[in-house]
Amino acid sequence: MKPKRTGKPEAAAVDRDHALHLLRAMTRIRRLEEKCAELYSAMKIRGFLHLYDGQEAVAVGVMQALTPEDAVVATYREHAHALIRGVSAGSILAEMYGKQEGCSRGRGGSMHLFDQETRFYGGNAIVGGGLPIAVGLALADKMQGRVRVTCCFFGEGAVAEGEFHESLNLAVLWQVPVLFVCENNLYAMGTALEFEHAVTDIARKAACYDLPSTAVDGMDVLAVETAAARAVAAVRAGEGPQFLECRTYRFRAHSMYDAELYRSKDEVRQWKKRGPIATFTQKMKRRGRLADADVKAIEGEVAREIEGAVAFAEACTWEPVEDATRFVYSEGRMP
Amino acid sequence: MIDGEQALRTITYREAVREALREALQKDERVFLMGEDVGRYGGCFAVSKGLLEAFGPERIRDTPLSESGFVGAGIGAALGGMRPIVEVMTVNFSLLCADQIINNAAVYLYMSGGQFNVPLVIRLATGGGRQLAAQHSRSLEGWYAHIPGIKILSPATVEDARGMLWTALQDPDPVLIFENSGLYNMEATLGADAGPVDIHQARVRRAGRDISIITYSASLYKALEAAETLAKEGIEAEVIDLRTLRPLDERTFLESVARTHRALIVDEGWRSGGISAEIASRIMEGAFYELDAPVARLCSQEAPMPYAKHMEDAVLPQAAGIVDLVRHMVNAHG
Repeated sequence: MKPKRTGKPEAAAVDRDHALHLLRAMTRIRRLEEKCAELYSAMKIRGFLHLYDGQEAVAVGVMQALTPEDAVVATYREHAHALIRGVSAGSILAEMYGKQEGCSRGRGGSMHLFDQETRFYGGNAIVGGGLPIAVGLALADKMQGRVRVTCCFFGEGAVAEGEFHESLNLAVLWQVPVLFVCENNLYAMGTALEFEHAVTDIARKAACYDLPSTAVDGMDVLAVETAAARAVAAVRAGEGPQFLECRTYRFRAHSMYDAELYRSKDEVRQWKKRGPIATFTQKMKRRGRLADADVKAIEGEVAREIEGAVAFAEACTWEPVEDATRFVYSEGRMP
Repeated sequence: MIDGEQALRTITYREAVREALREALQKDERVFLMGEDVGRYGGCFAVSKGLLEAFGPERIRDTPLSESGFVGAGIGAALGGMRPIVEVMTVNFSLLCADQIINNAAVYLYMSGGQFNVPLVIRLATGGGRQLAAQHSRSLEGWYAHIPGIKILSPATVEDARGMLWTALQDPDPVLIFENSGLYNMEATLGADAGPVDIHQARVRRAGRDISIITYSASLYKALEAAETLAKEGIEAEVIDLRTLRPLDERTFLESVARTHRALIVDEGWRSGGISAEIASRIMEGAFYELDAPVARLCSQEAPMPYAKHMEDAVLPQAAGIVDLVRHMVNAHG
């Protein structure tokens, strides 16, 4: 089976409301991440912090295809996925503050956002570790006769892990309803794709498990949306697991500790020209779907949202230290 | 036929586990078994023989040799509302999925602030003594018992092999059941109605007044054999089967030590940093003033398991070694 390469999506089909929706979603991510960086410098957020700037089109594009019944499994660079999935910016920021009103009660921090209500299964910070869990969630749906999709995000670094190969094999062998989304941002921390993979075409690796596989421009939200819609429709139709490689780029360092010695400033500059928010905005303006006033309105709205989220996180409370061993085991349900 | 006779039958440890699996699969449709060779092969140790025919390939699910993949899938299935029983052929191979057990199953509830519990049961064959050498003879129960968030069961008896599984399946959190492969052929008489047992209490398997021998798994039988020998010399050893290594039921062994005033821990695991060290510490913390002699330990020698029979016997704790140690402890500190 050969991986597909998707062509240019039909941007003309996007109406104004949808253009506003996509731009708002990507802008929310960008501004949240900027605020996180700022709060990290202000020492409000500690631990590891991995930001998503540059990759917004992937989370936003893919999530358009999901319904509330579906499940999402993500990585440690998952603020965007949680936000677009429906977790509030306030509870995400509160989590990073370490407050008990945070979406993981302050137990997880930036790398471990979880949310039962939106079926958001983390926040998995061991590279590759989320893939088998996604296969299991999908297996549970299949065995219980439920038609819903488990969407599993991971980076190209995970592709070198054994769990990637084990999971793809299991998913195809058992024909479970899972969508694998590889966010190929070209660097596993500081090691470039060509220094970690003998075969750098990720979609091809998936295809050799007979997994229907597509590679798409991950800087183009419409391209991602179109490819994800197709893949999710196939999963929902019972055609088994699907694989989507989104070729993207992270604009910021791997984490706040990264001095970025492994790539040139010029390379980053070149990629920034293809930034998903700027290119989408320009395209939509050219097509008359968006006006300057729309962009301004979205910026204002998002700024207020983030401001509110910070205020919420500031006002949240600390879990009492006496609770340090709560939830090691389930409460009140001992046999 | 007399009713009483009808109510009792002799079965092996292996058959007891199989019966427990069968019962669980019958009683709860969310339960399924998956692992390497559990279906068409009938289980590496023939534990699941016949279950594929009875329950089909969806619920008796053969897996590829992908320990991390299928244990992780078990975690996911548990999160998705199923009650998976994942068989990891032996504890030695569990090192290939230690990441899923320790980094995922054990922490999901905590890391998610109490939102996502993982009702997963993992069965693993454990133990040495079968001339399988260094890579197939490990006893890592005590090592896993170091990890908060999981529960560690060690059924030494046919009754526990029959009864612990169902109780483990009712637990909302991950439970690892270590079945000692040297016990699979052991027979015992059980009631026809034998069923679930508790998984939170140690048991006194033999009462005695002179010393408490604290042990678990296959070493239980070495301790009981030693106790019989010692009884002929007038030394009455109390033998405690821990049954569960996490959470550890310290009350049972502390009460025993308070009666006998001496304690010997017998553990097939290694001495350094092992569960025997933990038990000794608990005795120091909880029964120091009851002791008439220093707490002693008999563990496996600190070496990978050798293949040759005489060497393997020398490395593992044996009944004769227990007898010698107890004699010394009782006579030197009489």
